Amino acid sequence: MIKLEKRPQPSDLWSVATPIVAVLATMIFGGILFAFLGENPFEAIRTIFWDPLFSEFAFYYRPQLLVKGAPLVLIAIGLSLGFRAGIWNIGAEGQYIMGAIFGAAVGLAFYPLDSMIVFPLMILGGALGGWIWAMIPAILKVKFGTNEILVSLMLVYVAEQFLAAASLSFLKNPEGFGFPGSRNLQQYPAAHNAEIFAGSGMHWGVAFAFIAVIFAYVLLNRHMLGFQIRLTGEAPRAARFSGVKPARLILFCLGTSGALAGLAGLFEVAGPAGQITIDFNVGYGFTAIIVAFLGRLHPVGILLAGGLMALTYIGGEIAQSNLGLPAAAIQVFQGMLLFFLLAFDLLTNYRIRFAKREVA
Amino acid sequence: MDLSAINPVLLIASLMVAATPLLLAAIGELVVERAGVLNLGVEGMMITGAICGFAIAVETGSPVLGFIAAALGGALLSVLFAILTQFALANQVASGLALTLFGLGLSSLLGQRYVGIKPPETGDAFGALGDIPVIGPILFGHDLMLYVGILIVAGVWALLKFTRAGLILRAVGENHDAAHALGYKVKRIRVMAILFGGACAGLGGAYISLIRVPQWTEGMTAGIGWIALALVVFASWKPWRVLIGAYLFGGVTVLQLNLQAAGVAIPVEYLAMSPYLITILVLVILSADKSNAPASLGRTFHASS
Repeated sequence: MIKLEKRPQPSDLWSVATPIVAVLATMIFGGILFAFLGENPFEAIRTIFWDPLFSEFAFYYRPQLLVKGAPLVLIAIGLSLGFRAGIWNIGAEGQYIMGAIFGAAVGLAFYPLDSMIVFPLMILGGALGGWIWAMIPAILKVKFGTNEILVSLMLVYVAEQFLAAASLSFLKNPEGFGFPGSRNLQQYPAAHNAEIFAGSGMHWGVAFAFIAVIFAYVLLNRHMLGFQIRLTGEAPRAARFSGVKPARLILFCLGTSGALAGLAGLFEVAGPAGQITIDFNVGYGFTAIIVAFLGRLHPVGILLAGGLMALTYIGGEIAQSNLGLPAAAIQVFQGMLLFFLLAFDLLTNYRIRFAKREVA
Repeated sequence: MDLSAINPVLLIASLMVAATPLLLAAIGELVVERAGVLNLGVEGMMITGAICGFAIAVETGSPVLGFIAAALGGALLSVLFAILTQFALANQVASGLALTLFGLGLSSLLGQRYVGIKPPETGDAFGALGDIPVIGPILFGHDLMLYVGILIVAGVWALLKFTRAGLILRAVGENHDAAHALGYKVKRIRVMAILFGGACAGLGGAYISLIRVPQWTEGMTAGIGWIALALVVFASWKPWRVLIGAYLFGGVTVLQLNLQAAGVAIPVEYLAMSPYLITILVLVILSADKSNAPASLGRTFHASS
């Protein structure tokens, strides 16, 4: 008879080991999945996890790691603050889109002005766009007690429609021969989020992602607000008695995560993507949820998890072109990772005891 | 713009069709939530049901077998959620999200071979009765599944209100510790509720891919699973209100589609936003009163002894 016994303290060992065990389990079950799809599982796993870093074409893939990882880390850092306090912003995808639209709109409004001021203003615009979009569920939750999960998610679909409207009407390239999509910001130097070091993949979004990690680390470990976030998550009643104001936390956590998601959207639209198009968003906002959990809601963990997730994206693309593995297989693979993570997390808080069934 | 092109009889008939996937998913989730479990994976189970039903219906040529497969597929996916939340004691919000992400990926993987195929036709349940003017198309002109959906609502209502099983289910949802102390198997009851919710969501998904659209495209549920979750709140956890709510939302969806077709001066994108915006609006209006929510909703149960 298996019995679960609650640990008096969460196990430090398991809280670090869980993500690693989960990744290994995902590799094994992912391999089985790939075998079912008629691929050599070892080759598929190697293609996903090894080739982007160490194959002969790795010089091309390594910068991609930063490009793909930056938005994931930026968004996941914001989400983790709320998740810690039991505030569930799952509409980061929408905030990401709105950040991109606002930021791009600022840049396009200045077109073709060549000034140092354009890009910083775009950054502000991007953060503002995401922030506004996240403030909708935040204010509704504070004022009316509306469920932030559902509202933030509904707003993703609204934002997607807004994106379509933007690329078809108000942000459409006037010189685009009627094709949907905005002007390409890569061809507008003052607004282009160019690589800081050419060929490194290191654009401003990557820099901001690192800054966000440090900011979140300091906030959670050295600041009163961070302490209140952690307290609310771990002992909501104690938090209330000690005078934590839930409304303030909700506005801060949702606002911050929205602004960071908006920034991620702006850096993407001004850099790697280049323009507002109907299919601009590729699901970073949802994958970031996996990244946040995989990183155990800890800033440094999220940095590592973001790198790993970026690796599966790039590896997935390689596997797609070299092995013909379907794109959806990678999505399943990523979903599986979250499952194993949640399942093995049991071991952090509980001890498994094998006890004989007692005779009554 | 030509509003006279909108035929009210056809509008009502098609809103019933538009409402049915929502109805099925929401009534399943209602049972799950009345048992005290919050499963945010409805969207994932729906889309999995949509592809399972579609694939089996195409392979066998039988929509009925398709719907059975869809229910099984949805229930099978919900087993994962049950294991995570009931036995691995994982956070229900996170597990539900995982289920949705996984379901979306799994469905597009399974569905690759089925893009652009037409499913076998599902016949009308009452045949010629549907030709009666005005009431015919509304009352009799539908496929069997639509009536099954309404029957499930009636069944759930009767179960919760009149039977011992319903009382136990509600007890588990209101206070799992007390129910456990009385000797009810909290986990077993919750797992069964989760399976029922999964099967209903699967049916709802298959209704979209086999009847409403009917076609398979990736991510075709487009947030209906999430609207279903909102609908349960809207209905304040009462079965009949789920029916009313589903028809209201169905009405909004159909009306905006009709307005698009009639060429209203509002761009299509803004009309397409309306079901989601109205969902938010309704949530705001109704969230003031949470007194009907099951007291143990979303709390993890672990018997310490």
